[in-house]
This record gives sequence, C-alpha cells and structure tokens, in this order.
Amino acid sequence: MTAYFKQDGPVDGAALDGMAQGVLGRPVPRIEGLAKVTGTATYAAEYDVANLAEGVFVTATITRGVVKSIASEAARAMPGVLAVISEARMTTRAAQGTAGEAPEQEPQRVSYWGQPIALVVAETFEQARDAAKQLVVEYDADTGVALDPATATSEPQEDEAIDMGDLNAAMQAATYSVDMTVETEGHASAAMEPHAAIAAWEGDKLTVHASLQMLNYNISELADALDMDETNIRLVSAYVGGGFGSKLGISEDVVAAALASRELGRPVRVVMSRQQVFQCIMRRSETWQRLRLACDADGKLTGFGHQARVSNLPGETFAEPVLQSSHFLYAAPNRSLSMDLVRIHRMTAGSVRAPGEAVGMPALEMAMDELAEKAGIDPVAFRLRNIPDRDPEGNLPFTSHGLAECLRQGAEAFGWESGTRKPRHRREGEWWIGTGMASAARVHNASEAKARVRLTADGRAEVETDMTDIGTGTYTICAQIAGEMLGLPMDRVTVSLGDTDYPRGPGSGGSWGAPSIGSAVYLACKALRGQLAKRGNIDEADLVLKDGAVEGGRSVADLIGGEVLEEIGHYEPGTNEHDYTSSGFGAFFAEVRVNHWTGETRVDRMTGAFGFGRVLNEKTARSQCLGGITWSIGTALTEALHFDPRDGHLANPDLAEYHVPVHRDVREVEVLMLQERDPLASAIQAKGIGELGMCGGAGAIANAIYNACGVRLRQLPMTPDRVLACLRD
Amino acid sequence: MSETIKVNGSDHLMPADARVSLLDFLRHYVGLTGTKKGCDHGQCGACTVLVDGVRINSCLTLAAMHGQQEVTTIEGLGTPDAPSDLQKAFLEHDGFQCGYCTPGQICSATALLDEIRAEWPSDASDDLNAPSLSDEEIRERMSGNLCRCGAYANILAAIRQVAETGA
Ligand code: FES
Ligand code: FES
Repeated sequence: MTAYFKQDGPVDGAALDGMAQGVLGRPVPRIEGLAKVTGTATYAAEYDVANLAEGVFVTATITRGVVKSIASEAARAMPGVLAVISEARMTTRAAQGTAGEAPEQEPQRVSYWGQPIALVVAETFEQARDAAKQLVVEYDADTGVALDPATATSEPQEDEAIDMGDLNAAMQAATYSVDMTVETEGHASAAMEPHAAIAAWEGDKLTVHASLQMLNYNISELADALDMDETNIRLVSAYVGGGFGSKLGISEDVVAAALASRELGRPVRVVMSRQQVFQCIMRRSETWQRLRLACDADGKLTGFGHQARVSNLPGETFAEPVLQSSHFLYAAPNRSLSMDLVRIHRMTAGSVRAPGEAVGMPALEMAMDELAEKAGIDPVAFRLRNIPDRDPEGNLPFTSHGLAECLRQGAEAFGWESGTRKPRHRREGEWWIGTGMASAARVHNASEAKARVRLTADGRAEVETDMTDIGTGTYTICAQIAGEMLGLPMDRVTVSLGDTDYPRGPGSGGSWGAPSIGSAVYLACKALRGQLAKRGNIDEADLVLKDGAVEGGRSVADLIGGEVLEEIGHYEPGTNEHDYTSSGFGAFFAEVRVNHWTGETRVDRMTGAFGFGRVLNEKTARSQCLGGITWSIGTALTEALHFDPRDGHLANPDLAEYHVPVHRDVREVEVLMLQERDPLASAIQAKGIGELGMCGGAGAIANAIYNACGVRLRQLPMTPDRVLACLRD
Repeated sequence: MSETIKVNGSDHLMPADARVSLLDFLRHYVGLTGTKKGCDHGQCGACTVLVDGVRINSCLTLAAMHGQQEVTTIEGLGTPDAPSDLQKAFLEHDGFQCGYCTPGQICSATALLDEIRAEWPSDASDDLNAPSLSDEEIRERMSGNLCRCGAYANILAAIRQVAETGA
C-alpha cells in the first residue's frame, strides 16, 4: 500500500512529538558508523568482482577542437591492454544536478582542456595507466577560444532580474550607502572519494556500482546516455565518500565503464584520478559581484542592489545562483538584482556545496558590515533592524524565520561586544586580533520522495529507498524516524539505501534530502501504525508504542501475527512551494588573528547559530554545521581554482595546490541549533542543513579580518599575499 | 627480495608487477579496501597505514619495498566485533561523516599517540624535548589527513578522549 501525502499547507506537528520511544532528535551515533571506522564499509570501487578489467581515462590537451586520430593500435600492443574506447556515447562532462538526461557526449569534440576523450582498458590498473599515458592523440585545435570571463559574451539571466522602486534614487537620497564590487574565485568540491564506477552486464541488464548522490535522477541520465530502458539498469551507491555537489549527476566514469564492459563482455572498473576529478567534473564559477546598499539615518535599508556575473561552458544552463538569498534576506523598498552568465571554455561549472549562497552571501555580508560601520551601528543590531516580515519581492510569508533568534543567541554565546567597533584595537605580539559576524541563509526546498517500511514477523522494521547517505546522516535519521513512530529501539531498525531496486528517494542535494526522505519514512510508518491500531482495536491517535510493544499491552510481533506488514510512504511538496518563502537561517561569529608581517590569517574561534526546523539528530546535524563552518574557513582564506589564461586549463588540479582546510586550520568551533518546528517545510517539520553552515561564514571571517587589521579586501580568498599588500605599517 | 609481505599478521604473495604501490597492493591484491585512495600522490592521508608501527602514506611507496616489514591496516586495528579504543571514540564523537578519510585518520591517530609517548617533537611543540598533548599538538600532527566533510573538531575530541582516558 502507498501512503501518499502532498503538502498543501501546514502539518500537525503534534504527531511526531507525541511518540513514546524518544529517539528522534537524540544524538544517536551513526548506525553505519562501525562499518566506517573499521574500514568495512564498501565504497563504489571496492566491490569484489571476478574478472574485472581496469579503465583509465585519457583527457584532452587542447581547449577546443576535434580529435583527429587516436593511436589505438600502438596502445593495444602494450602488455595487458584490452581496448581503447572512444565511442560517441561516452559523456564528456558530468550531468548537472537533477538533469535527468545525458550530459554532452561525443568525446571527439573537445570543448575544454582536460575533457575525457578515450578510455584505455587493461587487465590491471598499472597496465591501463601506462598505456593511457603513452597514448598518442592528434587534434585539430581551434584558436581564439573565449577564456576570460571579464571579456566574454554574456547572457542576462532573466528569471533572476528584479527591479522594484528606484535604486539609483535611493542611493542618492541615502544618508549612508556603499557601492562596491567583490570578486570570488572558483571552488572544487574535492570530495575525498574520487568518482568511481564498476559496471557489469548480464544479458541486457546493466548493474553499476558508482559514487553518486541522486540515483533517482542518475538512472534516467544513464539510460539516456546509453539509449536503453531504465528498467534494465540498476545503480548502487550504498556508501558515498562525500559529494558536495560533484556527484549530483552521472559522471563520465559511469558511462565509460558501462560502454567498455559491454564491448569487452566483462566487468570494468573506472576510477578517476584526483587530477581528473578536479579537471572534468564541476567547478564553482568564479564570481564578480557589485553590491549597492543604501540606508537612512536610523540604519533602515532603503535600497538593495546585487549584480553578479558568473561563467559556464556553452551548452550548460547552470548559472551559479549568487543572488539566491539576496532576494529575501533584507527588507528594502528599492531593489535591483540582476545576473549575467558568460560563456567561456573552462571546465563545466556546476553545483559545489551551497551553490550561490556560498559566495553570494559572504559578499553581501561584507557590504552589510561596511554599511553598518558607516552608519555607526553595531553590525548585529544593523541586521536585526532590517529583517523583513514578509519576502520583500514576492510579498510572501516565511514558513519559519529564525534569523533574529540566531543573531541574539549566537552573539551571546560568542561573547559579542556591541558598541563602537574600531579596527586595530587589539594586538598581541605580531598578531592583530579582531571579530566579525555575518548572517546565514539558505533556501529550503523539499522534493518528491518514496520509501518502503516493512514490519517483519519478529517485530523489526526495515526501511528501503534509493536515497543516498553521503555523510549527511541519512541512514541514522531514517532509523530514528522509524524507531520513533513504530516504538522500536535503534537496534531493531535496519536501513538500506542507495539501490535503485528500492523506491525512489529525493536524492542527496540542495539540502532537501533529510526533510524529504524523512517525510516519506514518516508517512509509511504512520500508515503502519494505522494497520497496527486496527489489529489491536485501538484508535491510532491513542496507540502508544514503545520498545516493541503497545504500552502496557501486546508486543508488535504479536499484533503482526506472523505476517509481514509493508507500506510505501510517498511525499510530495504542494502549494507551499508557491505560497511561502522558506529558508534556513543563522548567524556566524568569528575571531581571527592576522599576522602583521606575513598577512597570514588564523581563525581562532567561530560560533554558528542555526535555525532549520526540527533537529532530527543532534549529533549528525551538528556535524553538518561543523562541516559547513570548516568550508567557510576554506572559502575565506585558501580555496581558489586557478586557470591558465592561455588555454583555460586548471593549473592546480590536486589537493597539494588546491587548499582545503586541514586540522590545524580549524580551532574552536561552537554550534548552536535552535529548537524549532516548521510545519510548512516538510511533513516532519524539518528543513535542510547540509549547506546552511557555509552560507555567509566566509563573510564573518572577512569582516573579522577588517576589525583585526583594518584591511577591507573585496576579494576571496583572503590569502596572505593579498592581505599583506593592503596592510599599513 | 622477499616473496611475501606481511599484512595484519598474515603473509601475502608479492605482486609480480613492480609498479604496484603498497596502497593498490592492499586494495587490489589483498582485498583489504579499508585503506582508501584519495589522491594517489601523498596529499590527503586517506591511504595511511602503519609499517612496523610507523605511519606512512601507502600510495607513495611500492609494495615491493616492504617485503621484510609488518604492515598494519585499519582492519588490523580492530573489527566491528572488537573495535579499537580509537575506533569506538570516533564513533561516539562523530569523528567522520562520509567515512572515506576515516581509516586514514584512525591509523594516523594510532601512530600519533605512540609518537607522543616516544617524545617526538613537532612544529607545535612548546618543549622540543618533551612534547605535551595539547590540542594544537594533535591538530598539527593530524594535518596530513584531510577531511573534506570537516569532521576535524570531532576527530580532535575523539583522540583527546583516548589520549586522556586510554579508552
Ligand atoms: S591517497 Fe595517499 S595520500 Fe592521498
Ligand atoms: S569523513 Fe568525509 S572526508 Fe572525512
């Protein structure tokens, strides 16, 4: 049976809160955690498959043009080499998130440096790697290819444009205003597990073990790429070693492994090298942003302008949604927002954790800090003064709005000193010390989701869905919801994820995973409760289940009576999506030290306060926030993709040259989570949390750098060379 | 040259191909996939194992070079039925998210505690002759193990607990 629910309006929050088991929200350790800490969790490349051949990609060394010839014969003559695959169906980019169709194909047409053009398959990895290195390729390279975002042709993004009132007039009439540009560099997801796939055919049935975030879309993308029926495909991603957007769409390895395996009639594994992951999956676009903010003498915003320019390859519709939070975060009657997408031949731009807000929010919050300073108002008070009652553009109500509460609680926990703020007010030896803050916001979306929950004859619950856990805690929160609803301790719930043989989940992306799949599990369990109530002749509302039994009565196993009960929960967002604006909110506070002689910045401590509806698991939710704050540090200080201006190739395609934060970069971090219910956000009153923790955090660090040493850099990352160049004696 | 290599106490035949890294040997030849490949270039620490008790990046060395030595991987430190103290502490403190960097982190942390006992100094040591286990000391010594999920604060808590209580 299917329990279907489309959310048109608020849900009754009482149901989940009234359960007796008491596991939901608790800091339960991850149920798959023991497998991960003992090295027994199996990731995509690690399945033990007999007769496995190994594939290694060869990538283009031109920017744009065609592959004229590939010396396949010479490669085939090398020891162990089985084939050189360069089929037209091979994909040359990863699919964009939620594409549901194949990305660009035809590897002989090159549109960026580093694009896969062939796959060398051999008996062993060492043989394939050697032959791939030595493969001779001839090209017809185009000249005069657009590479510079500052000069390339741009396409205005009409659905992002807003013009309300008269921003120019507001800027002129303002008591205080700022008009500034901020530039941010590109980012890489750099998930620790490289993209990998093992493909095997049985007749016309294809199974691929891959590292993917959204199997519900990936299956359609793969079917389209291979021109086959979805029902003949099975995708498995039981463990995913991080995604952060890079595994939203099927990557090149998945399709290439499937094609090679079909040609050779044996299973093929393709693991991308770290350099290939950097060069041919996704980059976050660099951004150029102009912010114009105007306020009156009381610090009320009268004008709000945010303009952005981002880039992508021709043929890609994705444009880093820099303005996403700017549309609703602060009230101001005169508004002008616009975005341009320029076409250049660098690798594909796509989703990297918190697409849009990750770079748009810091820029906005840097501008807010400058304006607060001009107006002589404490930056926390300045933000509190400008929180809108309703979405200032759509005039929609918010589902729930925790910004003010996060600002207050965060300030208190951090020990924020309100009052006059002056840069260079504290020095310890060679270090300038200062503080800064920023708001956090990340739009909340829910997505359609299905999950099956089964009550077995011995009174255990089994949850099944093709939803993935990419480190987000999905396994555990699904078990907690089922345990809470069905009155079962954690050890009597099993959760199976990441297999397209199970009902379609929402996929992990856009922070909608937990609220959406959680709602589906909840609906299935609610229906099962109905069945149990009927069997026990009790009203469902009066059914109290705890530790595997009706409180003070029969056990669940007894009620089931030797059968198996099964329900599929099917959740779909409804009119809420159009009737409300929904977002997670928060606030960041940072204390940094900046070295007077080297320009080096260290983040001594950070506090983040976040409101995102129901907290499903205190431990894993906190970890999501910690991760986001860690990314904020990288965005602020170290992370930058560097492209060669001559051919657009990524010059720092590895973890030695692209600097993600390491242990020593992350000192004291404190996370506060509001106790909140959002009955409009999802059936379980929860919003997403995977991205909120980095939506603005880099702004808090930038503002703290100014407060510490008096340098207002309008460029991210704020590397020592850049800070030093602006440091006065 | 030795014909076999000892991994977690048992002998395995050396690969015939001299190009096989110790990491690929463990993953592809021995079938121990707990040791992870994150970069294959000594940049991430996911492949950390212990060789005669000392931590190394197994991607940066060839299997053929370790014939006379004792290799310990994450599987040799503990099992789901009998996890080590550090493995338990990582679980309790949520010292991981996706879990991919985790075996390397735990192997590193295991060796780190021994290094402190042996009084090896680091960049973060106040006293080069007697390093103490300050938070900064742990962070410095763990900085070769990247965690993109950003579990650093929790990893520190897990290591600190084991260092202080021995469990
Ligand atoms: S795989 Fe060895 S250090 Fe990254
Ligand atoms: S747990 Fe995912 S990289 Fe560390």
